[in-house]
Amino acid sequence: MFLHGYFPAILEGLRSTLLVSAVSLAIACVFGLIGAGAKLSASRAANIAADIYTTLIRGLPELVLLLLIFYGGQILINSLADKAGLGYLDINPFIAGTTTLGFIFGAYLTETFRGAILAIPRGQSEAGLAYGLSRGQVLRRIVLPQMVRHAIPGFTNNWLVMIKATALLSIIGLDDMVHRASLASAATREPFTFYAAIGGIYLAVTTVSILLLGWVERRFSLGVRKVEF
Amino acid sequence: MDPSAIEPSAAGGRPVEKLRADGLRKSFGAVEVLKGVSLSANSGDVIALIGASGSGKSTVLRCLNLLERPNAGRIFVGGEELRLSPGRKGELEAADPAQLQRIRARLAMVFQQFNLWAHMTAVENVIEAPMRVLGLSRAEAVERAERYLARVGVSHRKDAYPAHMSGGEQQRVAIARALAMEPEVMLFDEPTSALDPELVGEVLRVMRLLAEEGRTMFVVTHEMGFAREVASRVVFLHQGVVEEEGAPAQVLLQPKSERLQRFLTNSLK
Repeated sequence: MFLHGYFPAILEGLRSTLLVSAVSLAIACVFGLIGAGAKLSASRAANIAADIYTTLIRGLPELVLLLLIFYGGQILINSLADKAGLGYLDINPFIAGTTTLGFIFGAYLTETFRGAILAIPRGQSEAGLAYGLSRGQVLRRIVLPQMVRHAIPGFTNNWLVMIKATALLSIIGLDDMVHRASLASAATREPFTFYAAIGGIYLAVTTVSILLLGWVERRFSLGVRKVEF
Repeated sequence: MDPSAIEPSAAGGRPVEKLRADGLRKSFGAVEVLKGVSLSANSGDVIALIGASGSGKSTVLRCLNLLERPNAGRIFVGGEELRLSPGRKGELEAADPAQLQRIRARLAMVFQQFNLWAHMTAVENVIEAPMRVLGLSRAEAVERAERYLARVGVSHRKDAYPAHMSGGEQQRVAIARALAMEPEVMLFDEPTSALDPELVGEVLRVMRLLAEEGRTMFVVTHEMGFAREVASRVVFLHQGVVEEEGAPAQVLLQPKSERLQRFLTNSLK
């Protein structure tokens, strides 16, 4: 029988891997946009806060951060719960995991988005303002559509690294593909079979991602000349 | 001829003031680039702003629609004063953002670097502001866009993206984008300076056509031939002040100020 009958269980784990990735990505995009906005803002305080965020997060290993935030968060929440007279709270690994990964990759996306916005000639925003568009309209109609195009290569990289980083969440108890594979390999004593199988699945997911995002990049690059050497 | 080009008062003989700026001052850091510049244009006037680079002529133009925030001065568009209030760093900013947007929509600008929106085709560039700012329907805006793209001679490029057009075509699309706002005053910021020499003529021809239609225009330019033949008034700026101004024949052919004489001699070289 294929994978000793564990295949459906592993696919079930894949579902949770994909869900965690998608939710973390959404959170990372929010942190990334806020971070990029803060870095480009005229406010000195916002610049400094964003610099601290990206320097700190990008300078520490993901696993270390994950454990720091997970255990630190646990202590913090429980001391708060204690003060509020509530009993012991267990942090849900899905919520803790997606928030942490989103927070970490938000720092990388901050830089990706910041660079993408800077790549748009300033004159294009000026032209929008000069014709009476509001700041919001300039952002929505002129900056964001072009930012997407500039951001996609960096975004693709972040997405791939992030999908793989979800494997770390099995450590804090998330029931993902890696967790399932480790259970199955312990039960069957065939670790290679199961880690090879999920390796294949990760590769399939990342390959499909690359193809999809390549298609998106082409769609957003209408009107852009390819540079040829 | 479209309605915006018709001057209601021209027949009556009394000129109508379209745009006026009083005592504009502007500093970048410690450098004061405008030291109290006043300008005005009546309906149908073509004002050519000339001067060496660094004389402040582009800065004046950019202050008129507040792309640059002046440190002092007053701006009137069609008799309506743009309300300004002191902001950060001693610069004036619009007291009412909605009024600023409304006034900007009446002053269409054409830039040196064209500044077309790179992700939109020519026709999309032209319909954007009429739809979002003036509230035209898509059909009305497209009809208007096609009319003005034809006027400037780039109809055949209407579905092209800016990157696929020549500089002259891009600048003519940018002029169509300005025309589609049916503005009261058009501001040209060195519209031919970024063009290859052989493309300058096609843009100047379009601008001459617009001047002949009776449009009110401010043109920052290095093209002395255009200033002489098309402008109704020439303003020479030197180190942030209006050094000399008057009719083109007088200013360009019989300059009084020594600095203007030197500038004209140098720009003929």
